Amino acid sequence: MAEKVLMKGNEALAEAAIQAGCHHFFGYPITPQTELAAYMAKRMPKIGGTYLQAESEIAAVNMVLGAAAAGVRAMTSSSSPGISLKGEGISYMAGSDLPALIINVQRGGPGLGGIQPSQSDYWQATKALGHGDFQILVFAPSTVQEMVDLVSDAFDKADEYRMPAMILADGMLGQMMEPVELPEHKDRKLPEKPWAACGHENKREHNIINSLYLTPNALEDLVRARYERYKIVEEKEQRAEEYRTEDADVIVVAYGASSRVARSAVNKAREAGKKVGLIRPITLWPFPKDAIKRAADHAKELLVVEMSMGQMVDDVRLAAECRVPVHFYGRTGGVIPTPKEILGEIDKLLK
Amino acid sequence: MAVVFKKPSTLTDAPLHYCPGCTHGIIHRLVAEAIEELGIDGKTVGVASVGCSVMCYDYFTCDMVQAPHGRAQAVATGIKRARPEDVVFTYQGDGDLAAIGTAETVHAATRGENITVIFVNNAIYGMTGGQMAPTSLPNQVTQTTPYGRDVNTAGYPVRICEMLSTLDGVALAQRVTVDNVKNVNIAKKAIKKAFQNQIEGKGYSIVEVLSTCPTNWGMSPVEALDWLEKNMVPYYPLGVYKDGTKGDRLK
Repeated sequence: MAEKVLMKGNEALAEAAIQAGCHHFFGYPITPQTELAAYMAKRMPKIGGTYLQAESEIAAVNMVLGAAAAGVRAMTSSSSPGISLKGEGISYMAGSDLPALIINVQRGGPGLGGIQPSQSDYWQATKALGHGDFQILVFAPSTVQEMVDLVSDAFDKADEYRMPAMILADGMLGQMMEPVELPEHKDRKLPEKPWAACGHENKREHNIINSLYLTPNALEDLVRARYERYKIVEEKEQRAEEYRTEDADVIVVAYGASSRVARSAVNKAREAGKKVGLIRPITLWPFPKDAIKRAADHAKELLVVEMSMGQMVDDVRLAAECRVPVHFYGRTGGVIPTPKEILGEIDKLLK
Repeated sequence: MAVVFKKPSTLTDAPLHYCPGCTHGIIHRLVAEAIEELGIDGKTVGVASVGCSVMCYDYFTCDMVQAPHGRAQAVATGIKRARPEDVVFTYQGDGDLAAIGTAETVHAATRGENITVIFVNNAIYGMTGGQMAPTSLPNQVTQTTPYGRDVNTAGYPVRICEMLSTLDGVALAQRVTVDNVKNVNIAKKAIKKAFQNQIEGKGYSIVEVLSTCPTNWGMSPVEALDWLEKNMVPYYPLGVYKDGTKGDRLK
């Protein structure tokens, strides 16, 4: 077993990506993901990889598109305002069936917003990253260790399903330090990519990486085929942690940084003999509907806690199918809710 | 009977979609000939940009990637960094390269990305039906400058080769045209050199080809060639603006 080291979230994300076989990073400075790019700038030259500081987030994501088209594992990272700019490239990658990793260390918005942690890009990540019918895989870690583990999974799943993947972190997870165990250095066998545009060596027909289809029926067929794949992803890849939910009357639903606070609130409630549990979505797309459905079958109330004005709450309501009331508590703009505030909301529901 | 003239093996059999008299066909052929003569089809990756030439991914036999509007050189950068042993070229129009993609162009050039850029300048947005381009001439009538390009409100045309030639990452910046046989031969040499430079690791090479758009200029093919010679060439002088190796001025 590898040794545990104390690492900052942003740096752990970077090292995990390198360990997952990503040797091509294209970035642009923005707070609070800065340390991730700085770590890549230090490490990549030492392993013969690419660190490139692009002229904009738009250029960076399109460099990722190019590297992904050429068949290598490639990534970019940014924070909320920068992710808006990456939307174009992400839509093109989805439309060209290209796997790549995008990391969003979220901060408050809209506009320039603030630089403190936020979860207000949930809608953007799961529903509106760019134009057109498409989805990307969205993973929501809640610890530095989980960031390390999910980076590796995100690359693997992106390759498996040929679609972009995102780690939706936030300023708190990016900036905090926790002990982590990094995967052991070993030569990972990365999947073959016979579709890549990397020179055909006169051994095969030319490969074309493209998202343009001018015939409506051809485009519809392609989008439908992609949605068939999405259906498989929704069946096989939903992930959520269910914590003390078995007998719970009130189940809190929270992901990422806010789930850490929610867990404290649940523990405090349990100490006081209250039947409270937590569902923590780990994948935001596919959304863990099955876990929410199970909760809706036995809980009396669901309480969604987010660091936003309420974005995931819609998905929880859809998954609960009106079988149980779904309440919401949120702080936004970079404000982190306290366990006490969440306990207050829980107590209101238990009355 | 002896074959004296044939299609390069590096062009597919797909019929070109370009309008009659459009010079994209000639430029495609010159690029394909350069790839064929250098024997690099198997390790070349082309990047198609948005505009009339977007479908060039169907015409070249090498591997192809279609980039978002203006981003061809960022995409090419990603491919080249991932596969330095490959030969990577972009094929871009003036709207793509000199308006929406200006930042990507300038920064790929100043980084000295070891790529080849084929820049087709026809002074208009062709694909969308003839709007003003960054390279439309003063007083040129387009769909969005119906009274002629007024430089007081729409500004002046961009001279890309002159601008890029000031950057140290550039190996070759040359403007050519294909309005007559002599100029086609010059263009051919420039395009081949732009690929050769990349093979030799010299840095960023751009060949700007002044091109016609009879359809959107509202002219016959012959009139269009004449208009190019009389109006575009004086504003965009043909010639070599930089020829060397990246960074050579710093030595």
